[in-house]
Amino acid sequence: MTMSATADEKLLRALTALLGQKGIVTPDEIAERVALTDAASPGQGARMVARAWVDPAYRALMLADGTRAAETLGIPMRGAPPLGVLENTAGLHHLVVCTLCSCYPRAVLGYPPFWFKSAAYRARAVRDPRGLLAEFGTVLPDHVRVRVVDSTADYRWMVLPLRPPETAGWDEARLAGLVREGDMIGVTQVAC
Amino acid sequence: MPAPGQRVRVRDDWPETRGPCHIRTPHYLRGREGTVLRHLGDFPNPEDLAFARPAARLPLYHVLFDRTVLWPEGRAGDEVLAEVFGHWLEEA
Repeated sequence: MTMSATADEKLLRALTALLGQKGIVTPDEIAERVALTDAASPGQGARMVARAWVDPAYRALMLADGTRAAETLGIPMRGAPPLGVLENTAGLHHLVVCTLCSCYPRAVLGYPPFWFKSAAYRARAVRDPRGLLAEFGTVLPDHVRVRVVDSTADYRWMVLPLRPPETAGWDEARLAGLVREGDMIGVTQVAC
Repeated sequence: MPAPGQRVRVRDDWPETRGPCHIRTPHYLRGREGTVLRHLGDFPNPEDLAFARPAARLPLYHVLFDRTVLWPEGRAGDEVLAEVFGHWLEEA
């Protein structure tokens, strides 16, 4: 059923060598991309959220051009799809899904949680978002509209969640420590 | 080119019934009406890219749908927002 590690390694070496010989990518470029992918984590997105909460000019930039906002904080975005940021408000809650596959803003959130790619999440997020949110412990009042954002094409989307009112006066690093990946997908809300 | 606020209908077309294809327009949106929020930019047509054919850059729109036009259940007022290429949209 599964290939042994040796067979995997042979295949990987052969593929890498061919890509190099054909001038498609060099081994160094592959190593750089692997390092960038491994370094990406929800902590990057959390830094952006915390900055947006304390700096209105950064918040405006983030909503207008997520890619540039990420780069401003030193997050490498070269080669990444354009990043869009969706702002939650008192009356509007965003929930991100990719119903067609598993598009995810990896540059700023890292690898997706396992359930993000599941058929159940992908189907239910569009069909029964409030039921799905409730299972994540997120129960929204009736006056809050739920806007499900289906990542169907070239953009990648992250949510700028609401700042908890109890955090007045907190500094940026402490704020960033509160923000979890689910808050930036929209399955949860930031809690203190 | 549809402007923000314009009502549009997603083409009720099913290329997958005619042969191999790669389309980024989910089945649940086909034939449904929504409102253009904004033009997101122009991107190479994924329907050609997937088959390594030369791909023209096509306009991509963010289109907002009232969820009650997609499925009978659910809360009125809730919404679905999706990226849809211009060649999948017609005037509603």
